[in-house]
Amino acid sequence: MTRLRINGRAVTINADEQTPLLWVIRDEIGLKGTKFGCGIGMCGACTVHVGGRPTRSCVTQLGAVEGADITTIEGLDPQGDHPVQRVWREIQVPQCGYCQSGQIMQAAAMLKDFPEPTDADIDAVMTGNLCRCMTYSRIRQAIKQAASAMAESKA
Amino acid sequence: MSRIQRDFEGETVNHSRRSFLVATVATGALFGFSNTASALNAFSSAQPDSVKSPGPNFEPTVWFGIDHNGIVSVNVPKAEMGQHIGTAIARILADELEADWEMVRIVGVDTDPKWGFMVTGGSTSVWATFPVFSRAGAAGRIALIEQGAKLLGVPVAACTARGGAVHSGTRSIDYGQIVSRGNLGRRFSADELKALPIKPASTRTLIGKQTRALDVPHKTTGAAVYGIDVDISGMVYGRPKLPPTRYGSKVVSIDDSAARSVKGYIRSIALDDASDTVPGWVMVLADSYYAALRATNLVKVTWQSGDTSTVSEKQLFDHAAALIADSSQGALLDTGAGDVDGGFKNAKRTLQGVYTTTGVLHFQLEPVNAVALEKDGVFEIHTGNQAQGFILPVLAKALRVPVERIVMRTYLIGGGFGRRLNGDYAVPAALAAQKIGRPVKMVLTREDDTQLDSLRSPTLQQLRLGWDDNGKTLAMEHVAVAGWPSLTMFPGNLKKGTNGAPYDPFSISGADHWYEVGALRVRAINNDLAQKSFRPGWLRAVAPGWTNWALESFMDEVSHVQRIDPVTFRVKHLNATGRNAGAKPNAVGGALRQANVVRRVAARAGWGRTMPPDTGLGLASSFGQERDMPTWCACVAQVKVDRQTGVVTVEKLWMEIDAGSIIDPDGAMAQAQGGTLWGLSMALYEGTEFVNGNVKDKNLDTYTPLRMADVPEMDIAFVESAEVPVGLGEPPTTVVAPAIGNAIFAAVGVRMRHLPIRASAVKLALDQAGTTKAG
Repeated sequence: MTRLRINGRAVTINADEQTPLLWVIRDEIGLKGTKFGCGIGMCGACTVHVGGRPTRSCVTQLGAVEGADITTIEGLDPQGDHPVQRVWREIQVPQCGYCQSGQIMQAAAMLKDFPEPTDADIDAVMTGNLCRCMTYSRIRQAIKQAASAMAESKA
Repeated sequence: MSRIQRDFEGETVNHSRRSFLVATVATGALFGFSNTASALNAFSSAQPDSVKSPGPNFEPTVWFGIDHNGIVSVNVPKAEMGQHIGTAIARILADELEADWEMVRIVGVDTDPKWGFMVTGGSTSVWATFPVFSRAGAAGRIALIEQGAKLLGVPVAACTARGGAVHSGTRSIDYGQIVSRGNLGRRFSADELKALPIKPASTRTLIGKQTRALDVPHKTTGAAVYGIDVDISGMVYGRPKLPPTRYGSKVVSIDDSAARSVKGYIRSIALDDASDTVPGWVMVLADSYYAALRATNLVKVTWQSGDTSTVSEKQLFDHAAALIADSSQGALLDTGAGDVDGGFKNAKRTLQGVYTTTGVLHFQLEPVNAVALEKDGVFEIHTGNQAQGFILPVLAKALRVPVERIVMRTYLIGGGFGRRLNGDYAVPAALAAQKIGRPVKMVLTREDDTQLDSLRSPTLQQLRLGWDDNGKTLAMEHVAVAGWPSLTMFPGNLKKGTNGAPYDPFSISGADHWYEVGALRVRAINNDLAQKSFRPGWLRAVAPGWTNWALESFMDEVSHVQRIDPVTFRVKHLNATGRNAGAKPNAVGGALRQANVVRRVAARAGWGRTMPPDTGLGLASSFGQERDMPTWCACVAQVKVDRQTGVVTVEKLWMEIDAGSIIDPDGAMAQAQGGTLWGLSMALYEGTEFVNGNVKDKNLDTYTPLRMADVPEMDIAFVESAEVPVGLGEPPTTVVAPAIGNAIFAAVGVRMRHLPIRASAVKLALDQAGTTKAG
């Protein structure tokens, strides 16, 4: 039995402790927004926040997150209106959309570390997230716009 | 992909030869074409109301419906894989319907013969659906105006439709009210339908205007549902154990003794596939996917291997070279009459170039998967697929049931790029479900997905061109050897060459170009060793992804040998004479439109300016996918080459596109951005090789598609045009690699003739040219 909190809700999971967190989130808890892409932590489609830090859930074992606070795309904002999500819609970033949960989770975490990200920051952090539709230039634009929006709302 | 699409879209478009019906039902009104198999309801449970409908046999193919609240539901018989096609189709319809865009919804449909042959590919969706949906919208508008006039008590001539309502002077009635209060029974004959006034481009209110795609919001919240997200009550999970070869392997024995210790493991079954789509597959079943993953690693299968288990990259290319050398091999395309051999005989000078490309993986981010079950004698396959029309008959053969007993349910596709034109992955899920009598959810791991991929074939091409004393081009020959997707996956699509030999048009299109070269010979040869070693696939841009690499690199080489500026050289040969004059409806203007994009992109890029050391501009152009449906593109690449390492940095890409009328400008730009970067990714970052009968690179540890840090500055522009809208998803892809190759030549004087262009190859070429130290 593994206990953890997911999107603010306490859950108890009865599964092998070696089970990747990704499959626990998708198949045991039933939140399908977190995606399976490569299974080796190199595409970023499975990115969730564990204790606020962006984490590749496909290479994170269930046993390693005992007691942790996990946020998925569904829990980033109760209304789906996190500034990053809003800007993602305004700029029309997604094409097929499959990687975008991971992109958004990665970008939201990055903006906490780099509230005014430079192009080099974006390259360094977002290069771990593959977008096969190649929406990269819109992702870059959206991150900058989200940063401005978040700065304005704080001011 | 467009030729299949067009041949079968023919059937869809032919709906317009039927009469068009409008009918009132319990919850709204339906609009569609007559004489089809069964009614499809745009609403969840409404049944056609026989009292109000035009007759007891009203069973239209419903293209859209309007409910009592005025919500317009548009049925989209196309796969949504990121191109926002539902939005484009709905815009086409809503523009003619004069609908209120805020009230428009899109609905994906299941497979059913009434939709015609269902394929999404070849950048043809907008082109193919435009006539149908614009007429459907116009017919709907007229019916609504007639009823609206009656309800307002004014003559039809006094009414106009605008913003989802019928207006007469200061009075108006909205579509929802008309639907709930009026009787919309109306029939348009085929001739009436054809004569319907379609708006001139200048009065369009939605087409060509900025909009937001209807599929985007759910993709930002995790709510979008893809095939991999399907759960069915009572289902088990399956992961396949793949045989050593794509074809010809047979299961000798299965030993699952070690797997039995995995909690949740159920059993392993050898699939008996009468369609020979997945021969030698074993499906490992468990009650969770993780258990299936672990058990698969522990199950031991002994196979009798097929005969391609040792095939290497070198063997594939050696075989291709032998085929080219044999002039009796292959099919000759109809490229107009002309004496090619005589032309070469009279030529003062000839140039020959040989170009190669390795295999390219789709690497769509959602690994292929399917949920299959049998319910009341009908097999349901839940999966994202681009070409249900191709795979339904194969499923019928595999399952040994009539095709009418199979339904494919539509989901969002986590990346298509052509992978899901090949529905092979639906077969093993269906067979497993049939065998165990329970729903099966099969998900491939990334490594399984890559091994199974119907990759873009490795190719070998040989081009030759001859000219006379005055530099006049007399003859050209283009020979291409490749694995052919249609040969395995849809043989009905093969065409017959002028020499009677069959060929796959998707594996040669692009070579039949719009340059005036005197006599042109194009020969398409199947690499039969490739064909049996893997399942050659359609991959974004298909043949022009390689034919245009060869053609545009070669044209650049010829211009340099002739000491003519590459832009001048191209424009001179794009003179729109003879067969290159172009014709209505799709190719008005012909080669002159290609010359136009060449000139425009060259001007924007500052062609001819002085460049810094080891930096160069290269240009390439293309007509996109098919002569019959040209999308005119030209690209300039600015690259810098590091002479010490051979590393090529693409500093900027300029792209110019003439795709006729643009329906959804932002969506079009998104497709152009993605297509351009795909071209760059395939030019420098992708490519894999065959080792022991399978692709060498299985995952992102060694397969390295373009990422954020690799993205150059891009400057993309569309030619303003009111011509027929053509395709966009693929054409820009075809010009990037040759533009980069040509830019490398301009920068450091070495000619790259192999894709992908690796730094090691550039360095080797520089070393051989002895120019490493030059500046």
